[in-house]
Amino acid sequence: MQERYPSPSSAEAVPALRVRDLTRRFGDRVAVQEVSFELAAGERLAVIGPNGAGKTTLLSMLAGVLAPSGGEAGEVTGRIGWVPQQPAVYSKLSVAENLRLFARLERLPDPEAVVEEMLEQTGLGDRRDEQVSRLSGGNQQRLNIAIGLLSHPSVLLLDEPSSALDPRQRERLWEFILGLSRQGTSVVYSTHNVLEADRYADRVLVLGDGEVLFLGRPSELAATVSGEAGPDFEGAFVSFLRARGH
Amino acid sequence: MRWLLVKDLQILRRSPLLVVILVLYPAAIALMIGFALSSPPGKPKVAIYTGVKSGHGKIHFGTQQIDVSSYARELFSSIQPLPARSAAQATEDVRDGRALAALIIPADITQQLQAMLQGGNGNPTVQLVLNSRNPLERNLADQAIQARVDQVEQAVSKKVFRLVVHDLQQVLNGGVVNLLGQNVPLLGLRNVRTIVDGTIQSLPRSSKLLPALHQVVAFADIAIEGLAFAGPEIGTIGTPLTVQRIDLAGRTTPIASYAVAIAAVVSLMFVTLLLAAGLLALERSENAYSRLVRGLVSPEALLGEKIVLAGAAATLLALVLAAIVSIFVPLEWSRFELWVLALGVSALAFAALGVAIGGLAREVSTASLMAFLLSLPVAFLALVPGTAVSGGVGTALDVVSFAFPFRAGLQAVGNAFSGAAPGMAWPLVHLLVLALAFGILARLALRRFATQ
Repeated sequence: MQERYPSPSSAEAVPALRVRDLTRRFGDRVAVQEVSFELAAGERLAVIGPNGAGKTTLLSMLAGVLAPSGGEAGEVTGRIGWVPQQPAVYSKLSVAENLRLFARLERLPDPEAVVEEMLEQTGLGDRRDEQVSRLSGGNQQRLNIAIGLLSHPSVLLLDEPSSALDPRQRERLWEFILGLSRQGTSVVYSTHNVLEADRYADRVLVLGDGEVLFLGRPSELAATVSGEAGPDFEGAFVSFLRARGH
Repeated sequence: MRWLLVKDLQILRRSPLLVVILVLYPAAIALMIGFALSSPPGKPKVAIYTGVKSGHGKIHFGTQQIDVSSYARELFSSIQPLPARSAAQATEDVRDGRALAALIIPADITQQLQAMLQGGNGNPTVQLVLNSRNPLERNLADQAIQARVDQVEQAVSKKVFRLVVHDLQQVLNGGVVNLLGQNVPLLGLRNVRTIVDGTIQSLPRSSKLLPALHQVVAFADIAIEGLAFAGPEIGTIGTPLTVQRIDLAGRTTPIASYAVAIAAVVSLMFVTLLLAAGLLALERSENAYSRLVRGLVSPEALLGEKIVLAGAAATLLALVLAAIVSIFVPLEWSRFELWVLALGVSALAFAALGVAIGGLAREVSTASLMAFLLSLPVAFLALVPGTAVSGGVGTALDVVSFAFPFRAGLQAVGNAFSGAAPGMAWPLVHLLVLALAFGILARLALRRFATQ
């Protein structure tokens, strides 16, 4: 049995994020259809599904990058931080310069203090003056997350945060995210690695062709296919999708 | 916008190769234009074979002679002559690339000329062998030789006409003619008439010679009157037409200032397009665009920042170019503020086109390639004079040139450099309209900029 990391907050607490019937169409194609959920403070929600299910589109709408065709998503208790799948940083600038630039663009009252805080929080203090293009993929992703955290958001959105990382970098990344969660930051992340959903999420949201196929605890997803699947979550997930024609 | 400007300047500072190219490019163009405008035209190397032996280049014409070799020396002054031992060698020199052309003068050219001048027979011909591998070089050699041959022809014509007039004057007024080394007095028509008049006076009225002598006097009068006019009339045949040039549009842009304006606008176009397109596309290549437009920066502000940065950098570089070229070509520094205005507004229009390209291309290398591929034909088509092509093509060229900032920029900058007609106002308005149109296009392109 894998170790799990329960969220300190319960789902019944005041929601940090409320999503209602969120829909996005591209022409005639419906990429995301009427997705609704609430997220408690400190809760971690994993968005999983096959390729083209609408995971990135959903997170882009939650981040405000993509305008929804219908429905609404709004933060209730604070700001939303966003960490795109590919590091959204300037490779010619140093770590500190990237943080300082976005802190200034965020119009934070004391940019330098926030930069120092993020450098310490992400463990990039000794790399502060290094040009980003010379950083490893793991460190670039840490910087990517640090920029998403500059405004101390109550909700952090991560689009496949570990996809380009090796196992050791992934482990350090999740330690960092779990630390944020313990401090009360709600986290929504999409992933292709369903084991990361099982291991680190309080709840999973399964998307298929833009529709919500399941929203609940990982153990509940496994229970829906008990008897058909093997003992692991990945097997349960595959059986779940197959049963629903995906 | 301030912090984005700082960021882009930091990025440029860390891209030394790009900055060096952007700075050296206009400087190199400026130096090349400067040297080209201040250097005399080169002389094409032409192989020369003449079959005329030394001392046999004289044509006898009446009592005078024309030395053809003196005209040959004049012809050679516009080329670099490469003497050849035979016509075959001269042709071989051209084939091997040692000479751009070969001029072959046949041994009997003097006799041919003599026959034509004395009897009006024949068509004296020299042979010009041209290498057609390089059409530009071929044209250069052809034009250099043809222009000089025309001058020689005209000079020979004048010489012949002068001799004809001289001989006619002697027939009219009399003089001394050298025949076979002997000076022989020539009576002249006027003297003949005077003698006949005197003879008539001395004869009795009943003399039977009088009618015939009166006929001689009448003929002499007509001949004297005709020959008196013949001299000036024959003299005009050598140059029957004189072209008087009248410029209707007031001052025209001096060719040197126009060349500098072309160099400045070409540099301005390349630098602005490449910077604006590249810097905008970079935001997407670095995945930063989505993060920026989440309330940190509006798309309009982002476009404005790229336009300002690219336009200001290109204007500065174009001014440096103009300053360097002014070492070679006199420019009106008293109009400096108009230079800045014309270059700045042109850069604004080019930068707007650049961000439109960057927005449509969405990727740095594609944007750079698009900017490069677009700018070359736009500049080329704008430089083709509308009157040099047929009506339909000319209209098409005008439409293309109207839709892009090059021609309007060239008019504005050319005017700013020289103060020549037709003025700056309309080109500047045109450029501002284009800047607005391309800005709108760029904004529309950004609507799909964030999507993967």
